[in-house]
Amino acid sequence: MKHPRSVGFVEAQKAHFDEPLPLKAGRVLPQYDLVYETYGTLNAARSNAVLVCHALSGSHHVAGVYRDDPHNVGWWDNLVGPGKPLDTEKFFVIGVNNLGGCFGSTGPVSINPATGKPWGADFPFVTVEDWVNAQARLADRLGIERFAAVIGGSLGGMQALSWSLQHPERVRHVLAIATAPKLSAQNIAFNEVARQAILSDPDFHGGNYYEHGVVPKQGLRLARMIGHITYLSDDAMAEKFGRALRHGITRYSYDTEFEIESYLRYQGDKFARFFDANTYLLTTRALDYYDPAADYGGDLAAALARAEAAFLVVAFTTDWRFSPARSREIVSALVHSGKDVCYAEIDSKAGHDSFLLEHPRYHAVLRAYFNRIEV
Amino acid sequence: MATSDRETVHRAPTLRPDLLALTEWIAPGERVLDLGCGDGVLLRHLIDTKGVVGYGIENDPARIVACIERGINVIQSDLDEGLADLQDGHFDHVIMSQALQAMHNTQGILREMLRVGREAIVSFPNFAFWKHRKSILEGRMPVSESLPHQWFNTPNVRFFTVADFTTLCSLLDIEVREWRGFDDQGRPVQEDLNFLAALAIARIGRAAP
Repeated sequence: MKHPRSVGFVEAQKAHFDEPLPLKAGRVLPQYDLVYETYGTLNAARSNAVLVCHALSGSHHVAGVYRDDPHNVGWWDNLVGPGKPLDTEKFFVIGVNNLGGCFGSTGPVSINPATGKPWGADFPFVTVEDWVNAQARLADRLGIERFAAVIGGSLGGMQALSWSLQHPERVRHVLAIATAPKLSAQNIAFNEVARQAILSDPDFHGGNYYEHGVVPKQGLRLARMIGHITYLSDDAMAEKFGRALRHGITRYSYDTEFEIESYLRYQGDKFARFFDANTYLLTTRALDYYDPAADYGGDLAAALARAEAAFLVVAFTTDWRFSPARSREIVSALVHSGKDVCYAEIDSKAGHDSFLLEHPRYHAVLRAYFNRIEV
Repeated sequence: MATSDRETVHRAPTLRPDLLALTEWIAPGERVLDLGCGDGVLLRHLIDTKGVVGYGIENDPARIVACIERGINVIQSDLDEGLADLQDGHFDHVIMSQALQAMHNTQGILREMLRVGREAIVSFPNFAFWKHRKSILEGRMPVSESLPHQWFNTPNVRFFTVADFTTLCSLLDIEVREWRGFDDQGRPVQEDLNFLAALAIARIGRAAP
């Protein structure tokens, strides 16, 4: 095995689409941009393309670094690169920022051509299905008829799953990691609290905060803090922070007393500096609404019957946001509809965050699966 | 994603005799579930020779990777926790080769196999094989090709014979439809399996009420 390397310096690209995109919720996006990055080379048969779908806060920047920002490492850099499990010497890998995002693809922060002002609260609701349709148009643009694989974790896993249902003939393998076939009431509850934090921030201005020159930072910060609680396991928090005190002594105040508070505040502040509140709202709603079995009376196996892909499903033992039981729902539905599926449950302490980490067993499974995909 | 034919031909002769024998009970295109599928060699064989739609259940991380490399549908699960995710009667055959003796919930898993499958195939080391009896008579626990472990490190937790298995089946309203047996050289045994077979294979189904 070759020594794994970074893909090195990468550049984001932008594709503009003039053909209107009909959205699931009924509205039409008249025109839009998608920013994306690619790693590796599309082969002559165009059979080696892999699409990486991002989760709530991710972006098109999956791997490598920018020349002018060498510390900005792609969010799945440990997976994607020469000699890495998703080997860019074999595969042509694509990362796309989803519609409604805030990293360059058309979203609430973009200018609405009809008004000349940022879309803000008027940006239409986008769903997992809409994202997949937009990604398919980018695939058309890049000359990719059929992906060797579509991979994603968490919300990205839902997109990967949805690919196999919306465009069954266009995806050979689906890798759905730390994901669920739909959100539970508890999942929606956490999303709702996060949204309420944003919606009730006085700086939110009904979603049109751009024109007021402010950002609902407090709300976004709270939303992210709540999110981070659900990304970590109880064990991981205990191990990483325990009851450790920030200042070594109890100060009897509401300032940062415990290390876990310091961590959450740091994560919240960092996030509120770069992420768009409207994107957060839209994206959590897309999560809430996703339910491919809804049109089949809740029968997931029936919903999956039209898939043509083979599947790898991976879950992590301490993930309570999307627990292994949720992945097993997908797996048993695939078995009952006669699809090819492999399922690995990785012993990991890190909770939902595990899917982003370089766990040896996890990466061994992904490496084995990618190795067997013929291009 | 399929293993190359050459590789399969190369591997087939090394398939254990019990695995080769049970192949004849599988019809082309069946839906097969292999419990404790190891590195997937049996399913690979059944896919290549019978075109089955096969799934394996395994709980060992290294073996799961081996199955993935072999292009086998493998699902990680602890068999002692049952097959609750699987629907009644989904499979034509549910196979458990040389794993029943290592499971705690013997009765539960046999019931589960015949809940999710039309028939089940179970192979196990026969503790009443004459060489094992001789070993016990000489005062030592048997160690052989079919029972390769010492008493202090064996993964086996259930020690039973062809006769014992037959009795359990009748207690559970399970019908043994066919037996195969092999001696310790892998040669087929035609009679008195409980005495002459080191390895036994039973094809079982739910007894008619």
